[in-house]
Amino acid sequence: MLDHNKTPLYDALRKHIESRVIPFDVPGHKQGHGNEELQKLFPKSVLEADVNSMKSLDFLGNPISVIKEAEDLLADAYLSDESFFIVNGTTQAVQAMLMSAVNEGDTVILPRNVHKSAINAMILCGAKPHYMYPHFEAKFGMTIGVSLEEVKKAIEEAPEAKAIFLINPTYYGVISELKAIIEYAQCQGLLVIVDEAHGAHFPFHKELPKTAMAYGADMAAVSLHKTGGSLTQSSALLLNTRKIERDHVKTIVNLTQSTSASYLLMTSLDLTRKFLMTQGEKNLEMVLELARNARDKINAIDGLIAFSAKDFNPEGCYGFDETKLGVCVTGIGLTGIHVYDLLRDEYNIQVEMGDSHNILAIFSVGDTEKRVNQLVSALSAIAQKYKREPLDLKFNSFNATAVAYSPREAFYKEKERILITESAGRVSGEFVMIYPPGIPILAPGELITEEICAYIELLKREKGSISGLKDNNVEYLYCIKE
Amino acid sequence: MENWITEAHSDAVHFNVKVKEQLYHGQSKYQMIDIYDTYAFGRLLALDGDIMITEKDEFIYHDMIVHVPMATNPDIKKVLVIGGGDGGTVRELTRYKTIEQIDMVELDEQVVNVCRDYFKDVASGFDDPRVHLYFEDGVSFVSGLKEVYDLIIVDSTDPFGPGEGLFSKGFYENCFYALKEDGILINQHESPYYENDAYEMKRSHANIKRTFDIAKVYQFHMPTYPSGHWLFGFASKTMDPETVDLSTWEALDIKTKYYNTKIHKGAFALPTYVVNMLEEV
Repeated sequence: MLDHNKTPLYDALRKHIESRVIPFDVPGHKQGHGNEELQKLFPKSVLEADVNSMKSLDFLGNPISVIKEAEDLLADAYLSDESFFIVNGTTQAVQAMLMSAVNEGDTVILPRNVHKSAINAMILCGAKPHYMYPHFEAKFGMTIGVSLEEVKKAIEEAPEAKAIFLINPTYYGVISELKAIIEYAQCQGLLVIVDEAHGAHFPFHKELPKTAMAYGADMAAVSLHKTGGSLTQSSALLLNTRKIERDHVKTIVNLTQSTSASYLLMTSLDLTRKFLMTQGEKNLEMVLELARNARDKINAIDGLIAFSAKDFNPEGCYGFDETKLGVCVTGIGLTGIHVYDLLRDEYNIQVEMGDSHNILAIFSVGDTEKRVNQLVSALSAIAQKYKREPLDLKFNSFNATAVAYSPREAFYKEKERILITESAGRVSGEFVMIYPPGIPILAPGELITEEICAYIELLKREKGSISGLKDNNVEYLYCIKE
Repeated sequence: MENWITEAHSDAVHFNVKVKEQLYHGQSKYQMIDIYDTYAFGRLLALDGDIMITEKDEFIYHDMIVHVPMATNPDIKKVLVIGGGDGGTVRELTRYKTIEQIDMVELDEQVVNVCRDYFKDVASGFDDPRVHLYFEDGVSFVSGLKEVYDLIIVDSTDPFGPGEGLFSKGFYENCFYALKEDGILINQHESPYYENDAYEMKRSHANIKRTFDIAKVYQFHMPTYPSGHWLFGFASKTMDPETVDLSTWEALDIKTKYYNTKIHKGAFALPTYVVNMLEEV
């Protein structure tokens, strides 16, 4: 174990600021001089730290000194051989993982509830998806974890697959049969790459689920900015070098990573890693306690279910991240989208997302008991004020559709505009997503079913935030020209 | 050497009070607590540097927060006080023999303990057998209660800090459910004068107005609060404080220093700029 009190990048940045070097390089704001509004919003300390790469501060594209040291510390913290600081969000990390693992025409096995970024990565690299269908928990209207059985079936169906892509955990905190899947898939010669966008806090408390790297996965993408506490857009790609070389991944990362990487973001990764390694256990203990208390209080409210592991079918749930507070609200007669809007517009509370059945509140190291009390208080008020007959939403998954073309083929094929209500039977030429969380209802190249059309109409009625389509009014869909 | 304490009433206005000596300084789990002996106001309690009460002018605040609702409905039996750690509100309530139960929910036990030591008169109501103290977050305390209280008094600090949740819509709605049919909610309603205070006043009023059928605002004069002009909110499901017969209260013959039934009626008459601000929300 390395000394995690060290902060090499932060120290170098501090030293650079103290030396008061005269800047005749970019960024052009030169510590904000001359722009009063900029100075008012961002304190001097922020503008001073917003510098560009230079000798004393290393270069993210080919790190050899303080950035590399900081990356080595991060790799150590996440039990991996190597790490790459990522400044274009976990989307970039996911794309780099897939592009590092597979080439044009290769098959990747992945669950249908992947983030758009994974399918976008396949448009970039030309890989073909072979979907697994995670267990669908009808009472909460969500897809959850993948079992080993499902993975075995997928590998039988697609023996040519080069890699398997997993999500750990899902947006709502559900864990797949991760350990067994990683071991089995690696035995079958597949590379295992894992989207851990929502699991950045896992290694730092013993009662949280294990990370994929702890089970020897080949690569993982961790959104430190999501639940770790670093600044928005800062993330990391983790690598075990048994089968993939660091230099190969570095080349791929550099295809899409900014050559003007932000030192605000990178330094926040350095400080966050130190914080998590030195104070994470204590802080996450508090977060877990807050989340557990909130769950108990919400479950005492008639009509609301703050679900946890015991509420899921064990065939799709092999662990649960208690810091994700998902609440099923259909019992009070409202959709999650409606409650999400009420919380935001009426109660001044922003939760992470609302979907057909649920809302999701993210608990992390920045939360306080008083704020949590306000969330519970608002939910209690909503439950009394708006309570109607429970909703009976029937979506027995919209996911069983066929892939007609690879995402890349579909992306480049000629398309025509079709009314969504008349699009069943055609092949989609674009994404249809609800955002957040950015999980596709349709991806380019997929066959449109009646069920999918109905689901899109329902989301429209409930004013869900549907995105991905060229038509902002969500009436037309671009389909592959027949 | 002269000692002064300063409270910023706005970014550009400071209020200074000359101090004889500092009697207490402590940091609780939630806030910094200071007690000073001052020339002009006697003993003074400050939380996180903001003046909460002083010996000389606390009667104004506590008269107005208690006697306005009590005169509106002298049948009040069960009262919930949220905040009010100094005890002044509870002290005024205990003067009504007709009240059967007074629950006080204060986040910070240390404030109560310190006030018992340094403000013996203000805190004198705490030992009344009808008074029950709960040290927890009032936001949670009222969540889920159904028709329990006749009167809820929100005697809170400002919404910037530990008092934040006591100005939220969810909290006011839960107060609505916790009140009986004739229930009354009184809340600390900030001030119309300085921009920050006025913003919270409007937000608070908007939230209450959308929850209670009757939502009014009344004013009083508070020498140690920013601008000296302060407001309470009066909200209820049925009772209108401006049209109610106040003679029952007169007959109780309760001795007050600020409140009287003429003030009661007059306090709801607000300056035009305040009326306009409240109407626009």
